Formats: sequence, C-alpha cells, structure tokens
Amino acid sequence: MSVTENVDLEQFRNETRAWLEANCPPEMRKPATSDADVFWGGRNTKFASEPQRIWFERMRDKGWTVPDWPREYGGGGLSAAEHKVLRAEMAKIGARPPLSSFGIWMLGPALLKYGNDAQKKEHLPKIAAGLIRWCQGYSEPNAGSDLASLQTRAESDGDDFVITGSKIWTSYANYADWIFCLVRTDSAAKKHDGISFILFDMTSKGVTTKPILLISGYSPFCETFFDGVRVPKSHVVGTVNRGWDVAKYLLQHERAMISGMGERGVGRPLGQIAADSVGSDAQGKLDDSMLRGRIASFDVDEAALAACAERAVDLAKAGQAHPAFSSAMKYYGTELNKRRYEILMSAGGVDALEWESERSRQGARPRAWLRTKANSIEGGTTEVMLGIVAKRILDLPGA
Amino acid sequence: MALVLTEEQSMLRDSARGLISDKAPVSHLRSLRDSKDPTGFSKELWHSFAEMGFAGLLVPEEFGGSGLGFMEAGVVMEEIGRTLMPSPFLATSVVAASALNRGGNAAQKSEYLPKISNGSLLATLAVDEGAKHRPLQTNLQAVRAGNGFKLSGAKALVVDGHVADLFIAAARTSGSAGEREGLTLFLVNPQAKGVSIERTIMVDAHNAARIELANVEVNADSVLGEVDQGAALLDGVLDIGRGAVAAEMVGLSEEVFNRTVEHLKNRKQFGKLIGEFQALQHRAAELYVDIEITRAATMKALQALDTDVAKAASSVAVAKARAGTTATRAVQEGVQMHGGMGMTDQFDIGFFMKRARVCEELFGDANYHTEQLARARGY
Repeated sequence: MSVTENVDLEQFRNETRAWLEANCPPEMRKPATSDADVFWGGRNTKFASEPQRIWFERMRDKGWTVPDWPREYGGGGLSAAEHKVLRAEMAKIGARPPLSSFGIWMLGPALLKYGNDAQKKEHLPKIAAGLIRWCQGYSEPNAGSDLASLQTRAESDGDDFVITGSKIWTSYANYADWIFCLVRTDSAAKKHDGISFILFDMTSKGVTTKPILLISGYSPFCETFFDGVRVPKSHVVGTVNRGWDVAKYLLQHERAMISGMGERGVGRPLGQIAADSVGSDAQGKLDDSMLRGRIASFDVDEAALAACAERAVDLAKAGQAHPAFSSAMKYYGTELNKRRYEILMSAGGVDALEWESERSRQGARPRAWLRTKANSIEGGTTEVMLGIVAKRILDLPGA
Repeated sequence: MALVLTEEQSMLRDSARGLISDKAPVSHLRSLRDSKDPTGFSKELWHSFAEMGFAGLLVPEEFGGSGLGFMEAGVVMEEIGRTLMPSPFLATSVVAASALNRGGNAAQKSEYLPKISNGSLLATLAVDEGAKHRPLQTNLQAVRAGNGFKLSGAKALVVDGHVADLFIAAARTSGSAGEREGLTLFLVNPQAKGVSIERTIMVDAHNAARIELANVEVNADSVLGEVDQGAALLDGVLDIGRGAVAAEMVGLSEEVFNRTVEHLKNRKQFGKLIGEFQALQHRAAELYVDIEITRAATMKALQALDTDVAKAASSVAVAKARAGTTATRAVQEGVQMHGGMGMTDQFDIGFFMKRARVCEELFGDANYHTEQLARARGY
C-alpha cells in the first residue's frame, strides 16, 4: 500500500469515527438481545424502536447498509480496505448492523456476479434500502446435504416457467416478500446440469408457507409449497440449466455469513458473563476451575478464528484465496458457536434453564443455545464442509 | 497491515527456503544427532546465514544488521520448522538480539550487536529454573558485592547453552520467587569463574544445557536494563521468543501435514488409496483448518509485536497456545496415519514429533498461555 493510500485511509478512519459518533444512537450500541432487536426490512416491516429507525435511515442514506456495493445500486462504493475500517470502527463502539438481510448476505453478491443489468437495477437498490425482504428456496424434504438432487419442477410454458414442488428450511419464508429459488428446468440432464436459479414474488398465486416449530420453541424456518406458480423466464439469474454455478457461489457467501456467528468478539468476555452466575474466588478467578479452563480455551480459539477471518479477507483482496475456504471457516465457526453456547449453559446453571419468564427474557439463553445446534447443519453440514475441504482443497481422492 | 506476506517477505521466504531445504533437510539433523556432533549445528551454515543477513535480521542497520521486523523473523523461523534445522537463529538472532537491542545501553549494543550480525557471537537467554516455564518464579540470586553482583543458582533448558559466548540470565536482586518486582537481567560470560555447564542431550536432538552459577562475579556494567525492574524487559523478550517459536511450529505442522496428505494419496490398502476413506479425509480436513487458523493467529501475533511489543501479550498468548495444540495434533496424526512406518527411526516423521514436544515447552506451553489469556481478560 502506498503512503498516499495510507494517509487517505487514516483520513477515512477519522471521518468515519466522527460520523459514527455523531449518528449512531446510544441504544444501537448495545448488543442485540432478541430477534426484535434485528431489523430485517421488507414490505410489512415495522421498526421496533425509534432509535432503530433513525440508525437504519442514516446508514441507508450513506449507502452503508451495503458499504462495499457500487453506489449506483444504493451501496457505499467503499474499497475493501475502507470497508474493513468501517467494520472495525463499528465494532469499536458496538454498533449494530442497521439492516440484516439475506438479500445483503446471499442474493446481492450472486446478482452482482451473475445478474443481468435489468435484474441488478431492479433488485439491488431495494435490498440496499430494506424495501424487499428475501428468502432462500434451496433445501427440499428429499434434498438436504445432497442439495443437487432437488426435485421442484419448473416447466416451460411460453414466456413463463410454471413451478411446482416444495422447499423446506426456508428461513423466514412467512415474512419474506420475494424468494430466490433453485428449480429443476431439465429433468433429463445429470443432476447438477438441469438446475436454474430463479426469483419470484412470494405473493404469487400458488405459494403457501407453513412455519416449522423447532426445539427452541421458535419458528425461524418454514415449509414452502409451490402449486403451479407462474414466473416470467426473465427472472432466471444467469443461464437456464446453469443455476448450480450461481447456487455454489451464493453458498460460499452463506457459509461466510454463518461462520461469522462464531466470532462475536465484542461485548463482555465470556469469563466475566460466567462470573455473574458462578462467582469468583478471592483472587478474582472464576469459582469453577474446570469451566474457567474451558472458557479460556474457547477464548484462544475464538481469537485465532477472528485472525483467520481477517486473513481470509486479506487473501481474497490479494487474489490468493482458495474458493472453497469459506467451507473451512463455516465448519470451524459453527462448531465454535456451539461450544460458546454449551459454555453459556454450563455457566448459567439453573438460571439458564428457565423457558418462560420475564427474568429469563422468555428463556432467551436456552432458546439461543438450542438454535445454535442448527449452525452446523444449515448451509451445508459440518460433514459436508469437511468433505469439500478434503476434496477441493487437499485434493484427496474419491467421489 | 494485511495478514498476508508482502512481496519482500515472500522473497525473503523463498531465499530462506532455498538455502534451508538445500543445505539442511531433515537428514542434516539426523546426521548431527547420529554423529553426536559436539557443536550441535553446522558452523558453515551459520556463516551462510550471517552472509545472507539472517543472523542480524532483527539488529538495526547501524549495528550491522538487516533492521527487519518480527514478521520477517517469523518467516525464517517457519522455514526452519519445515526441516527442523538446528540453528542459533532462535536463541541468538531472535531472543538475545532482542534483549540486547531493547534493554542494552549504547556500550552494550555496540559491543555485542555487530558480532551477532556477523555471526561471530552466540548468545542465549537463561530464564527457566524448574520443570515448567514460570519466569516470575526466578530464584537465581544476585547479591550486591563491591562494585557488582555475585550470582548463584541454576538454570535449565538454556538453548545453545554449551556453545554460547554470552548468557543473558534472569536473576533476583530483591523480592522473592513469584514477584514481578526485583527481577534483573545480567550479561554473564560462560567462561567466568563459578560457571558450570552441562550439555543436556534432548529428545529432539537440538541444543540445550543446564547451567549452574556458584558465586559468579559480574560487574555493574553487566546489568541489562534496570536493576529490580527487569520484568517488563523480560516479558517483551519472551513474547518475541514465543512468537518466533509459534512460527517455527506453524512451519513444522504444515510440513508434517503435507507429508501426511501425500501419504494418504499414495498408500493403498483394501484395494483403495487410504485417502479415499472418509474417516481419514475428515481428520485431514480438520487438521488443515486447525493449521490455517493457527497460521493466521501467529501472523497476527508477529504483527502485534511489530506494532508494539508491550501491547502484544494477548495476541502472543493466543498464538503460542494455538501453535502448541495444533503442532501436537499434527504430529500425532502424522504418525498415526503413516501407520507402522511412522514409528520407525528410519522415517523422518518422528523427528517432527520430538521437536514439537520441545517447542511446546519452550517459553510456556499451551496451558500456560491459555491461563495468561484468562488472567488478561479478568476471570
């Protein structure tokens, strides 16, 4: 990096710090504690609070709901280095993301790479502005880890496809406005070769959703049914029957997002949270030496993973990243997050067992603990991730 | 600063790798061990290291060095780890050079640093006394006598101790074992009256010694840094050594891993390449991820040391703890997946297992550094 670039970056850092200081409401600098604290956008959305609205609108107006997207699509146009600075400055004050969305994390990157001009102009600005909430139609009852065996059919009829079939584990499908969906457009082709990636409105005739109650007592996922849903062929992203390329590219982003769940370094150290319930001895050490050791080992691994995530970004920027590395991060990040919650449950003891009470915020901790068990299943299981690392990175033999 | 090597650092890696893989493959260590070489390393290679500017890599240019940073030292250490090359680089060029450069006065620097740079002086830090690394437990006594001090006590795991021209010994000038206050670093001539040195042949066939000091007289000029206030200097120097050993362990882990993956791709059993078995594929994949994460943590620590040694402690603790567990896992998987061949002395993999065990103890093991992180985070 040249000296002038460094100077510019320092100036950007100072300006960003000052802007965040002036514009991020104090309420938005505390960690989100429930789903209501997360703003997802969409047609039917409501803000949980005034500070949430103010923070979202200010960030949206700067293009910082999607800081590294091009300005023409409502993004901030930041370079990778500037984006890193923004993330670091937001982390420093504990600023929440102003907008959470599968449009930002998953569809957007895929559209930027594979979408045509009309698709980008139509969809990206609405994602950036939080106007449309998206869901992902990938898994099916009989296509989980073996995703490419999916059976939802899209039959050609003039300028449209007519879609029939069902999806499962569709996150928040019951709240979503649009879906990006994998459908089979050629049932005679080999399983990876007959799939298309298509976008449609969830209010289309023939779409129904049914929430699935999970062990956490929440229903973040749905079953989604398509009964003769008519979708214009112009809604296919990329080439018809080449949707698997788009799907794989998007999965890399999904895995990067899920792996990020394991590295929430901000906030109070786990050891101090544990001290609230477990207590400390006269020297200030956690009053459970085995738990203290587990937490410390966790902290070592968490800090190391954070360094690895930082390095993964730097490698990508330098053009040295392996395309399958997100699978490595996904595996480790999700297993680490499960460890975090096992520790939190152990530290919380009896207090962490309450399911319904104000005191426990309606069982926030045990429900979150149970939710983490899906981390190593959704977006590709740990076993599938390890298989990808073994074959694509290590080049080990076999199917 | 990005966590990738710069072009200059990549060139440094290539030239270090070229020299080391050419002149000091694992067979070099094997022959030094088998011949019971009295020096324990190749003096000729050490001169090549000096000529290439590696011996004085961390020494400022005004003292004849290359004036490079800890990231660069880590690059060289990683290459050393790949072939297990016995070299004074760690003890002399990284640890002792840093101690002299950070703690030395003008006279001490100009006396010793140029000699380290040109490869003519070997120096080493003597800190551990008990079985485990506990720097604050330092109990070697330094009592004022006339214009100087008299030192009495014993040190263990003094790397290159039997060949060193200069000891940098941690001693207690006041207070008692366990206290930060009262530690002082001394420059001690190994030839001085009252010094006895026992070379200890170690499991990894690398140099180490036990030394005993019995009323060894040193003058006031032998104090490195300030009397009683040596703990901060020692912390920094140890963290530098820890970062370097972590880098060596990353190189060691990756080399063992590469050899193991090659084996999985070539060895056939039950009519199949054993690398086709999912049980082995998943273990290999997990180890790969462990090594990548540890590499990133180690680079982060070296970068933190380059930014400010005094603020690098937590990053260094993370790196050394991770490096210890990762290398331990890598060598165990390496032997296991090589099967019976992995157990033979004729095969190289055992050398990696032995060196990993020593690196794990050097400057504190994974438990020690995990404990340090817990303390730093206040629980």
